Amino acid sequence: MRFEPRHSSPHLAPAGNVGRLMFAVVAALVPGTAAAAWFFGPGVLVNMAWCAATALAAEAAVLGLRHRPVRPALADGSALVTALLLGLALPPLVPWWLPVTGTAFAVIVAKHLYGGLGYNPFNPAMAGYALLLVSFPREMVAWLPPGDGGLDLAAVLHYSLAGTLPPGATLDALTQATPLDTLRTQIGLGRPVAEAMASRPDLFARVGGVGWAWINGLFLLGGLWLLWRRIAAWQIPAAMLGTLGLLALGFWLLDPARYAPPLFHLFSGAAMLGAFFIATDPVTASTTPRGRLVYGAGIGALMYVIRTWGGYPDGVAFAVLLMNMAVPTIDHYTRPRVFGEEQGR
Amino acid sequence: MTACRTWSFPGGLALDGHKAVSTREPVAAAPVPPLLVLPLQQHIGNPAVPVVEAGQRVARGQVLARADEYVSAPVHAPSSGTVAAIEERPVPHPSGLAAPCIVIETDGEDRPHPDCRPLPDYEALDPSALRNVIREAGIVGLGGAGFPTFIKLNPGPDHAVDTLILNGAECEPWITCDDMLMRERPREIIEGLKIMRHALRARRCLIGVEDNKPEALAALEGALEADERDIIRVCPVPTRYPAGGEKQLILALTGKAVPSQKLPVEVGIVCHNVGTAAAVYRAIHRGEPLVSRLVTVTGPAMERPRNLEVRVGTPVSDLLALAGARTTDITELVMGGPMMGFELASDAVPVIKTTNCILGLDHDPHRQAAPVRPCIRCGECARVCPAKLLPQELYWFARARDMDKVQDFHLFDCIECGCCAYVCPSHIPLVQYYRFAKTQIWAQEKERRKADLARRRHEFRLQRLEREKREKEERQRRKKELLKKARGGDEAAKQAAIQAALERVKARREQQHARARNVEPRTEAQRKALAEAEERRRRLAGDGGESDDDAV
Ligand code: SF4
Ligand code: SF4
Repeated sequence: MRFEPRHSSPHLAPAGNVGRLMFAVVAALVPGTAAAAWFFGPGVLVNMAWCAATALAAEAAVLGLRHRPVRPALADGSALVTALLLGLALPPLVPWWLPVTGTAFAVIVAKHLYGGLGYNPFNPAMAGYALLLVSFPREMVAWLPPGDGGLDLAAVLHYSLAGTLPPGATLDALTQATPLDTLRTQIGLGRPVAEAMASRPDLFARVGGVGWAWINGLFLLGGLWLLWRRIAAWQIPAAMLGTLGLLALGFWLLDPARYAPPLFHLFSGAAMLGAFFIATDPVTASTTPRGRLVYGAGIGALMYVIRTWGGYPDGVAFAVLLMNMAVPTIDHYTRPRVFGEEQGR
Repeated sequence: MTACRTWSFPGGLALDGHKAVSTREPVAAAPVPPLLVLPLQQHIGNPAVPVVEAGQRVARGQVLARADEYVSAPVHAPSSGTVAAIEERPVPHPSGLAAPCIVIETDGEDRPHPDCRPLPDYEALDPSALRNVIREAGIVGLGGAGFPTFIKLNPGPDHAVDTLILNGAECEPWITCDDMLMRERPREIIEGLKIMRHALRARRCLIGVEDNKPEALAALEGALEADERDIIRVCPVPTRYPAGGEKQLILALTGKAVPSQKLPVEVGIVCHNVGTAAAVYRAIHRGEPLVSRLVTVTGPAMERPRNLEVRVGTPVSDLLALAGARTTDITELVMGGPMMGFELASDAVPVIKTTNCILGLDHDPHRQAAPVRPCIRCGECARVCPAKLLPQELYWFARARDMDKVQDFHLFDCIECGCCAYVCPSHIPLVQYYRFAKTQIWAQEKERRKADLARRRHEFRLQRLEREKREKEERQRRKKELLKKARGGDEAAKQAAIQAALERVKARREQQHARARNVEPRTEAQRKALAEAEERRRRLAGDGGESDDDAV
């Protein structure tokens, strides 16, 4: 009897696949996303929908042009994850072309022009975000106040598509800066941190910003689940949050009037989203265990520097992109010693 | 039982064992088939050289083919009968190609050869004589690799062996032949171990068995005699694939990491498989060369998974029948285990000395629907790699055919255990790339050595031509001088001088002719010496050829 050898060893069914990984990531995003939608209204979900639709369309189009099979690529969910992360990073009330432009750039340029999944050196979601932040700074810093800003889904959709708000409402009246942004401005004006925070109880809660603490807490929860499932490498979030927290703690102890407390840093902005979901993108992160510690620590440090002294309120995107550039070097210097390799060689 | 201390090795996987299905019934002997097919190469090294002819009658245990040079092993007749042919036949090899085999038509008498005599007082033999007996018995590593055993019983003058380890870990899923051997014939293993210890002059012995085999552990422990307990210890090791990898087992049992690209003997350890020990016992105490072995026939496609004592050369199809295989259900027929075995193209190939398992896997929808995706650099492969390599980088460079880089990343420390490929979420057949790269590098090495040789030959030739030209000029110059001198004398003297010159030329020509005849056919002894030297060089290159790349 003849058989047809097709496989090289091992001959066991594979343990997992990319699609399952990516959908686990999506599942882990759910609690934090729900919190974001709760505090900032349906705009969060509208953005994510725009991003997802654009990402899938762009992925299919590019693969079609490159004559690559489309179905397995869409099934692996990587484009979807990119889209959702970018959608979550956007302000909740923006015109439709913002998420569409950002996602198209992320998928077409940052991912496929560099060779597609596995070859792109820069985190596509953060590349898209950085492009938007640099090109449309006004739209990108205008957040709704926590507590949905009084706009329902119909109003948000209307704004997204037509760019007009319900009669009587203006964008300037509706939107405001994020807590991180506000605090930075206040410190810049020379106000002590405690006073600045106390003066805006609508913005600052006990640990982070109002709403933001919940969102970060739930992303932390989802992230911990990913670690427990061994889907994300623990080294990156641990090193990133550890570094961010320690730096914040150090400066805060040095001068509590001029530096925000560590918990505020950890539970504001995109700290948890960044640590567990963005920085852990395997393609663009370091792959060695020690390298991941370095990579995560680098992001945490850069984030603190950008938030504290830089020109942007939150630093996740630029910190990640900068560390992406350092990955080949980090990987080179953190190669693990192979089994039986002598010490100190 | 004194508890053994164990150490854990890096990486590895917890896999489903599937062991219980094939250990339900005791080992049974498979019937001797009408035709036995014996490949000349069932081991690492040179193929054996036939010493029988078609039509010749042979008895069980008779040498059919002798070892060729140092790294090689003889092949014996597994049963009595007539040599039907010496020809190319399909053999179990990943390439699926045919190779030279000796085919025996058995006569059903199973008559032993009179030369097969036991040697119970082996302790009177010195290690080198003992090794020779083991060599002549055709014993090779039965754990899968098939390296000639006598070589691994020769630590060489520079190394003292402290610990002899017997590998009974059997870490691959499905395989249970070592388990059954340990359960049913523990004394054979222990006796074989003692013979090996004598050959190696080892201080102590450890038998490492994964702790998922309590019956085997108890059987070995129970078979140890009081006076043996001082030198032999039976040690359970945690069940974790690949605990049976040589370097992994050594680390697990002794805490010593064998240096990268080095042999265990560097740290005073030698490791053999339990089946090999039993084969050594049979060769010495019963005078039986290696002509049969235990084979596990198992897998979801078998009605009656079991272990069989099989004559080497028996077709795989016979074993499938004995295990009640639903052959039409088999989508993958694997020789060896699911992690490191290879697929067979046909069940007509014979069982060889290294065949430990025939695994029939049935249709697996997961595998069919598992397209290969790009590497997403998730690092899972590195996390499970027991050699602590970076499989994703190896893959990258192997694919780019960057053979220097791939060696910088320690390709030759890869034991092809398959852990990386098993966990890879992108389903990249990583091990296939590593095998490809290794083969390429070996081929390049060979080419380079050939080119070196050719270059040297070319240089020699140029030198010889140059020398001959100079000699010719010298001769002509002398001839001219002679003639000039002769012209001055009388005619007779001139004639004499010419005659003398002619004679010299003739003599020289004859001499040259004779010398040429001497050079051409080398004596057998010379050829052997040359071949041995070449083999040594090859082994040297094979073992330590990468040393200059390590420095990077
Ligand atoms: S497991 Fe597969 S996808 Fe992940 S890094 Fe290794 S080779 Fe790449
Ligand atoms: S096959 Fe090689 S690279 Fe892969 S896990 Fe095993 S030793 Fe490591």
